[in-house]
Amino acid sequence: MAATNETSSAQPALTRNDFRLDQPVKWCAGCGDYAILSAVQNALPEIGMKKEDIVFVSGIGCSSRFPYYINTYGFHGLHGRAAAVASGIKIANPELSVWIVTGDGDSMAIGGNHFIHILRRNLDVNILIFNNKIYGLTKGQYSPTSPKGLKTKTSPDGTIEPPFIPGELAMGAQGTFFARAVDTEPKQMTDIFIKAAQHDGTSVVEILQNCVIFNNKIHQEITGKDVKDDRIIYLEHGKPMIFGTGRDKGLILRNAGLQVVNIGENGITEEDLLVHDAYTPDIALHYLLTRMNYPEFPVATGVIRSFPCEPYDQALERQVIRSMEESRIKTLEGLINSGNVWQI
Amino acid sequence: MGIKKRKIIELEDAVVKFAGDSGDGMQMSGTQFSDTSAFVGNDISTFPDYPSEIRAPQGTIAGVSGFQVRIGSKDIKTPGDLADVLVAMNPAALRTNLKWVKQGATIIIDSDSFDEKNYQKAGFTSDPLEDGTLDGYNIVRAPITYLNFTTVKELGLDSKTAEKTKNQFAVGILYWLFDRNLEYGEKFLDDRFKSKPALAEANKKVLRAGYHYAETIETLESRFQIIHKEERKGKFRNITGNTAVAWGFIAASERSGRPLFLGSYPITPASEILQELAKRKQLGVKVFQAEDEIAGINSAIGASFAGNLGVTTTSGPGLALKSEAIGLAVITELPLVIVDVQRGGPSTGLPTKTEQGDLLQALYGRCGESPAVIISASSPSDCFDYTYMACKIAIEHMTPVILLTDGYLANGSELWNIPKIADLPPIVPPLVPDNTPDFKPYRRDPEKLNRFWAIPGQEGLRHRIGSLEKEDVTGFVSHDPLNHEKMVRLREEKVQRVANYIPELKVWGEPTGDLLAVGWGGTYGAMISAVQDLQQQGKSISLAQFNYLKPLPRNTEAVLKGFRKIIVCELNLGQFAMYLNALYPQFKYLRYNKIQGLPFMIEELKRKFNQVLEGKE
Repeated sequence: MAATNETSSAQPALTRNDFRLDQPVKWCAGCGDYAILSAVQNALPEIGMKKEDIVFVSGIGCSSRFPYYINTYGFHGLHGRAAAVASGIKIANPELSVWIVTGDGDSMAIGGNHFIHILRRNLDVNILIFNNKIYGLTKGQYSPTSPKGLKTKTSPDGTIEPPFIPGELAMGAQGTFFARAVDTEPKQMTDIFIKAAQHDGTSVVEILQNCVIFNNKIHQEITGKDVKDDRIIYLEHGKPMIFGTGRDKGLILRNAGLQVVNIGENGITEEDLLVHDAYTPDIALHYLLTRMNYPEFPVATGVIRSFPCEPYDQALERQVIRSMEESRIKTLEGLINSGNVWQI
Repeated sequence: MGIKKRKIIELEDAVVKFAGDSGDGMQMSGTQFSDTSAFVGNDISTFPDYPSEIRAPQGTIAGVSGFQVRIGSKDIKTPGDLADVLVAMNPAALRTNLKWVKQGATIIIDSDSFDEKNYQKAGFTSDPLEDGTLDGYNIVRAPITYLNFTTVKELGLDSKTAEKTKNQFAVGILYWLFDRNLEYGEKFLDDRFKSKPALAEANKKVLRAGYHYAETIETLESRFQIIHKEERKGKFRNITGNTAVAWGFIAASERSGRPLFLGSYPITPASEILQELAKRKQLGVKVFQAEDEIAGINSAIGASFAGNLGVTTTSGPGLALKSEAIGLAVITELPLVIVDVQRGGPSTGLPTKTEQGDLLQALYGRCGESPAVIISASSPSDCFDYTYMACKIAIEHMTPVILLTDGYLANGSELWNIPKIADLPPIVPPLVPDNTPDFKPYRRDPEKLNRFWAIPGQEGLRHRIGSLEKEDVTGFVSHDPLNHEKMVRLREEKVQRVANYIPELKVWGEPTGDLLAVGWGGTYGAMISAVQDLQQQGKSISLAQFNYLKPLPRNTEAVLKGFRKIIVCELNLGQFAMYLNALYPQFKYLRYNKIQGLPFMIEELKRKFNQVLEGKE
C-alpha cells in the first residue's frame, strides 16, 4: 500500500493519476470537497509544472486535510497559519508552485490577519477557500461567512453578525486575483484553478462548497440545478455579462451601480451590456461584481479579477541578486573582517 | 603658559558611565570611547541602559539614557559594578546614577544644566552641588553647554544642531583623562557622519575643545593610565550580542550550505538581529518581516520545509505567541532556531531591561509533550558560537532549538577575537538523494534518531507532513494509541540524545569543594568574576555555568556531587534551581535570585557566596 514515489525518468505528459494517492480520503460521503479534489487533480497536469515542484499547504479544518489526499509535497499546518507557512516556502524557493487550501473559518477568522497580509504583499501563491459557511470539523458552529440569522450550535437564536464576503476582503487587501467557483461545476473549477496558477501574484479562489452534515444545501438557492442559470453569472474576460436560462439577462452600469436588465426590453440589446475586463487594474467594477448577491443580483462566478503585478517573492529575489552582484562583500568572512577591526 | 603636571593614577581597569537625556547622544559617546579604547589595545565590555520611551520629557528621570563601559588591560568579563567616572549631562542623570558610582569617583557635570528648574524635574529638593550630596566625590563642573556653543558658533550651525554636539565636549574631557587617541575619536566621527561632513567637523571641533579644556583647567588633578599587563594577539572587533547572533546564523548557513531565511517581527530587545540580517542580502540572506510573531515563526517553518535554514527571533512575549508553532516544528521534526532575547516580564513588563524569566516557558510552555533543545549564550561575543551551535543541532538532529540570550547580552558589547569561518565545526544536513527507493518521511537515523530532510523540488521524494500525529516510519496520519506513545517517546529521546553531541559541563576551579556556584546564560561574566575573586582569597568555591539546558550535559550529576553546598544564582525566582531539583532531587539547592531588570553585580554575588561559605545560609 506504500504510496507513491515511483522513480521518475523522462517527463511524460502528466495526468490526473500522477496526483492521486492510494491513501483513503476521509471526508464525509457527499462532501463537496471530493469534487474540488478531483478538479484540482485535473488542473495540475495543465499548469506546466513538474509534479515535484508543487506544494500544497493547509491550516486546520475539513478542507485543510487536503494535502494528505493529493500526491504532491504537502504541509498541514496550524489553524489559520497556512498563509504564513506558504509564504516561507515560496520565498525560500520561488520556483515552486504553492497552493494553500483553507476554509472560511481558517482563513476569515483565526487566519484573517495572515490572509490580508499575504494579499497585500502579492505573494505568488494560489489560495483555495472552501466556503461552506460553517465550522465543520468542530461540528457545526457558525463561521465568519455564515449568513446573518443562521441558527447553529453557537447561535441557537440566529447569528447577529454580518458575514464577510471573501472577495470583498480580498479586494480590500489589494488582491490582484479573485475568482469564484461552485463545487457542482467541475469543468469551471478546473478552468479557474488553471487560470489561478497562471496568475503572477496571490490568486484567491472562493469555492462555494457544500457541507452535507452541518450546513447542507446552504448554497442551494443559488447553485441548485433548476435555478442556477438565473441566479449565477459566469464571467469570462472579454465577453458580455450575460446570464439567464434563455441567455436573456445581463448587467449594465447605471448611477454608479450595477443593474440587471432583460435583453429585448426597453430597447436593451446585447451591445448595451458590460463586457468583462478581468485584467484592468481598476478595482471598482470588480468590487461591485464580487458583492453581487441573490435575490437582487446573480452571484458572479469565474475569474472576476486578474491584474498582473510583480509578486513579493520575485521582487525580493531581484533585490537579493542585485545586492549580491553589487556588494564587494561576498562571504561572512569578508563581512566580519571589514569595518572597525583591530589587529593587536 | 605652562600646563600643570598632573598625577598619574595607574589602574588595571576603569568603569566609565555616560548619562544624559535620551537625545543627548550618550549611546554614541559611549561607543566612541569604547572603540577608541579597544583600538589602543584595552579589553572592553559595554552595557547600554536606556528607557523604553524614545524621548521622554527632557531633564526628567524617565528620560535618562546611560551607557557604561569598562576598559582594562586584562580579560574583562563584565561592564563593571560601579563607575570610576560618571558623566552626568543633567541633574536627572546625576540623581539616577549616583548610586552606581564608587566613593571618590570623578563626576563630570554640565554645570549649565544644573539650575533650579532641572533640580525640580530630577526630584532634588535642594542644590546637590551645594547641599553635601556630592561630598567625597571629585566633581568636575564644566559649563559644557556654553563652551560647546561658543565652539560651534563660528561654524554657523543652528542652535538645535549645535545642541547635539555637546556630548563631544564631555567625551573630549574623557579622552584627556584616559589619555586616549584623539585621532581615533575623530575617525569615528567621520565614519558616523559620513553623509554629513559639516556635522562631522563640528563634532570633531567640540571633541578637541573638550580635550584642551581638560588639559587646561586645574580641577582635574590626576589622569588615569590603564597599565599594560596582558599581551593579547589576534584580530579583534567590538561586537554586541544581537549582532553576534545575526552573524552566527550566517555562519551556520554558509557552513551547512542551506540558505538562511529569517521570519520575524520587531520586538525590543531583539529587533537589531532582524535589522542586521535585513542588511545582508549581499550574502544571500532572505528576511521576511512578518505581520506578527505567529507569522514570523510559521514562515520560518515553511522555509525549513522548503530546505532553507529557517530561523526566527523574538523576546518573551513573542515566544509566548510562537509556542503553538514551536510544537508544529516539534511534530514535523524540521530544523528551526528560535532566539529569545529575554527581557523583564511578565506581559510587556520591562521591555528594555534584562531578566532570565523565560527558562520554564522555553522548556515547557507548549501543549502536549513537546520537547525542544534549549541552549543559552553567556557573553555578547559567544552569542555567535551558541547561535552557530543552535543551528548545527537544529539541522543535524532535525529539531527546533530555542536559544536564550537576554537584554544584557543583546545590547552589551565586548571585544571579539574574529574566528576563521572555515575552522568552525562542520554542519552536515541529513539530506536525502533524489529518487531514493522506498523513501519514508519518518524513517530515522539509528544514532541521533533524526528523520531525514527531503525537500520540495526533489524528484521521487514527494511526501506530506503536518501537525497531526504521524505513524512511525511511513508518516501517514495515525491515531493509533500505541503509535502515539512511541512517537512521543521517540521525539523526547531524540532531544535527549543531543547530550552525546555537546561538550561536558566545565567547572571553573576545583572539581570538589565547599561551594559550587551554579549559573546559566548571561550571568557568566559576574559569576566568574565573583568566583575567581574568592578563589584568589583561598576560598573553596567553584563555578558551573550552564549553556546547554535541555538536554543537560552528561556530567551534570557528577559535577553537582562534588560539593558540600550548591547555590543556583539566576535573574528570576529560581527557575533553573527548580529544574535541577526535578532532575536531580538528591541534592539541596540554595538559591540566589534578583529580579530588578538588572544584571548581577560582582560584589553582591561575593557577599552572598561568603555568607554561604561562612555557614550563615
